[in-house]
Amino acid sequence: MAFDLNVNGASYTVDAEPETPLLWVIRDSIGLTGTKYGCGIAKCGACTVHIDGKKTFSCTTKVSAAVGKEITTIEGLSEDNSHPLQIAWIEEDVPQCGYCQSGQIMAAAALLEQNPNPSDLNIDTAMSDNICRCGTYSRIRKAIHRAADIAQG
Amino acid sequence: MTNFEMDRRKFISTATSAAGGMMLGFHIPAAANAAAIMDEPWMAGEGGQEVNAWLVIDPDNSVTIRVGQSEMGEGVFTGMPMLVAEELQCDWSSVKAVYAEANRNARQTAEPYMVAAGAAKETDGVYQRMSTGGSGAVRRSRLYLSQAGASARERLKQAAANAWGVERSAVSAENGMLSSGSNSSTFGEFAGAAAAISLESEPAIKTPDQYTLLGKSVARLDTPLKVNGAAVYGIDTQVPGMVYAAVEVSPVPGGRLASYDFDAVKDRPGIIAAYRLGEGGIGSLNYNLDEVANRVTGIQSGVAVIADSYYRALTALQLMPKQWDAGEHGNVSDSSIIDSALEVLANPDDSTFNPADSVGDARGVIADASSVLEATYVTPYLEHACMEPMNCTAHVTPDRADIWVGTQNPPRALSVAAEEAGLPEEKVYVHNAFLGTGFGRRLRQDEVRQAAAIAKAHGEPVKVIWTREETTRQGKFRPYSTYHFAASIDADGKPEAYWNRIVSHSIFNHQLPQYLQEGIDGQAVEGLDERLPYHFPNKQVDYAIRDSHLPVHWWRSVGASQNAFAIESFIDELAHAAGADPLEFRLSLMPEDSEFRRPLEVAAKEAGWTADLRRGEGMGIGLAEAFGTISAQVAYVTVSRRGQLRVETIDVAVDCGNVIHPKLVEMQMESSVVFGLTAALYGEIHIRNGVVVDDNFDQYQMLRINEMPEVRTHFALSGGDKWGGVGEPAVPPVAPAVTNAIFAATGKRIRRLPIRNHDLTG
Repeated sequence: MAFDLNVNGASYTVDAEPETPLLWVIRDSIGLTGTKYGCGIAKCGACTVHIDGKKTFSCTTKVSAAVGKEITTIEGLSEDNSHPLQIAWIEEDVPQCGYCQSGQIMAAAALLEQNPNPSDLNIDTAMSDNICRCGTYSRIRKAIHRAADIAQG
Repeated sequence: MTNFEMDRRKFISTATSAAGGMMLGFHIPAAANAAAIMDEPWMAGEGGQEVNAWLVIDPDNSVTIRVGQSEMGEGVFTGMPMLVAEELQCDWSSVKAVYAEANRNARQTAEPYMVAAGAAKETDGVYQRMSTGGSGAVRRSRLYLSQAGASARERLKQAAANAWGVERSAVSAENGMLSSGSNSSTFGEFAGAAAAISLESEPAIKTPDQYTLLGKSVARLDTPLKVNGAAVYGIDTQVPGMVYAAVEVSPVPGGRLASYDFDAVKDRPGIIAAYRLGEGGIGSLNYNLDEVANRVTGIQSGVAVIADSYYRALTALQLMPKQWDAGEHGNVSDSSIIDSALEVLANPDDSTFNPADSVGDARGVIADASSVLEATYVTPYLEHACMEPMNCTAHVTPDRADIWVGTQNPPRALSVAAEEAGLPEEKVYVHNAFLGTGFGRRLRQDEVRQAAAIAKAHGEPVKVIWTREETTRQGKFRPYSTYHFAASIDADGKPEAYWNRIVSHSIFNHQLPQYLQEGIDGQAVEGLDERLPYHFPNKQVDYAIRDSHLPVHWWRSVGASQNAFAIESFIDELAHAAGADPLEFRLSLMPEDSEFRRPLEVAAKEAGWTADLRRGEGMGIGLAEAFGTISAQVAYVTVSRRGQLRVETIDVAVDCGNVIHPKLVEMQMESSVVFGLTAALYGEIHIRNGVVVDDNFDQYQMLRINEMPEVRTHFALSGGDKWGGVGEPAVPPVAPAVTNAIFAATGKRIRRLPIRNHDLTG
């Protein structure tokens, strides 16, 4: 079946079965590989994207459920690493292997949309869906606070 | 597609069609193109002048440094170029990094200048040690990378000296500029001439007191690519004409696929083909527990389904009727394996014990002692749980093979692929990608052999992805290990005799039996034999091997990862039995000149060590040496009356001798603590009917941000000639530091990991 998707402001028509996870459509059909496969069961957060601004696990979201909505992936966060979270992530040297970081940043972006000045507890609650095997958690916390400061000038 | 045949690497696209009908493209984002590392880290710049195999200088004076180690988070794409740049004396801001090529390493031996300098043997590959493991990136490549930079610098100076009619000693090389008197020029202008220079003797490399770049925490070169999705991992590989494979092999290692019915799914959309793997199917080396080569990378019996998209392949694979023959290990469980080991452990006269260390007469003293403390410890099998599931993309033709994979050992990937493809090594190209962690798992190359076999059978480029479940079931596990300790205690609480027996699944016996020494696996007794930090007048250490049907492998910090839990817990038990402070007790068992003292004292001081805390709060110590580095840790925990454990802080003191990038070391300490704490709290692979059951993150639990303790790193550097590793050595002390703190807080002694199996309610 053909599905019309809006990803990062661009329109795509993809051929897939309706139950195909959005993750694989984004990666294999559209070719945006920043969104990662980690578990396939919504338990690691590596596949996190935004749908209509809301944090969503793309590995358990059917492509048919994403039609007509605005999908944002890590590639759509900014053109040039200028999003406050990207600036903060670089300044705090957050990533190690980097594999989970797209999902971490997208989860953090959804948090800051809802709560521009989160506490450590807010961060822990919002970010505990996302696994980092390199253990960058402390730096993620710091970077989210820093991004909040940057965004608020 | 003539160019495609000439150099397929240049044609990796980031937008292919497969299921979606998108156009092919060869798109590299402009921002990434200008970055210090390409998003595809194997892509080298064009048009520069190679001065030696390690570095290329462009006319614009930018320097591309080739990295022989694999970037899996530890920072080699920054640290390795720093080692070269320190000596080259180029402008650090002009440095770019790319992977060194395994294919060239297979075709070319060490360059003559490197041999002349004594930094390589003639028979070494041009990139020398391309395997990333054993915490060896800095300590084992420092000399030759420094030499590459120094020798290039002196050639640049000589080239300038020749042009300017002066002595080389009159030319200075600083910050990418050559100058002498009124003459001044960029490195780039003399790079071509420098490449042709021979020197009478090669320059000596700097000593640490001469460093101007090393020791500084410069920004990691890979970070900008890892905040926008641009970094390409193996799983992100896209090659024109590529199809996708989903695979399932016997869930019991060594079992076989009895039958499958491809006809039932072959008409589903996008399905192209299916191949039986291993026995009776494709592949040149079948998995077989009886032969070393077969069990290391041999192809497990199973099936691959090929489709035009991964999800179509996976769905068809899962729907396809399959019958499995579990074989002779279908009744095995984790408890049956460990219970068998514990039986051996309980019988000191078992004939399969071999002595790993022996001083005095420990058995005799213990037999005659009036007071003896005994304890048994158990650590389980663990899986690496790399964030990026295992995958490999391969294209095998009659005259060339290409492998795209994130691997810790490109030359080994190359030789495995060459063997499977039936091609000489010089016709095989391994394109290493960023690794979504490795932890040792990506040293094995079993996924490479499987992918090469599928690609050879299919003829077109194939991307093979293992699901998380398949990745876990096809794990190459950290062995279980069991320990028995007995120590005599004299009237003063002093342990006069110490006897430790260990029974474990041996990695060396599994894959490198030639490394066993009189029955001893040196990794399985790491830190317990003569390397034990503590001195006992009488000491006996015995080791016996009890393997199972599971494939085992190196897992971040290897034997030390579990041995430290056992010995550091037992030392804590001895201290409490003696009524002594655990810190003072440890120090009392160390020789005056022990290099363990300082890290231990630093960790204790920085943590504000005290045994005098109220109930529900505790501090605990862990100490270990691994890969040439000592790490001492103090954990501070709280345990509520309802048994809720919180690890509040961990103070890490580290003596790795010297440091080239303090922040990278701090990051590795934090990473090691999370890795060690995850294993201590949750890590346990269960086996039922021969099958690993904890196959995804719903069951195989990982530490999350809300459980993250504050980690404080303290350098306790001894300097001098000591260069220790940093990627692994801070893993082992975590578990005992935490369990000893739990004992201090609750009086509950944890002798079997993981912690989550224990009731801590007070």
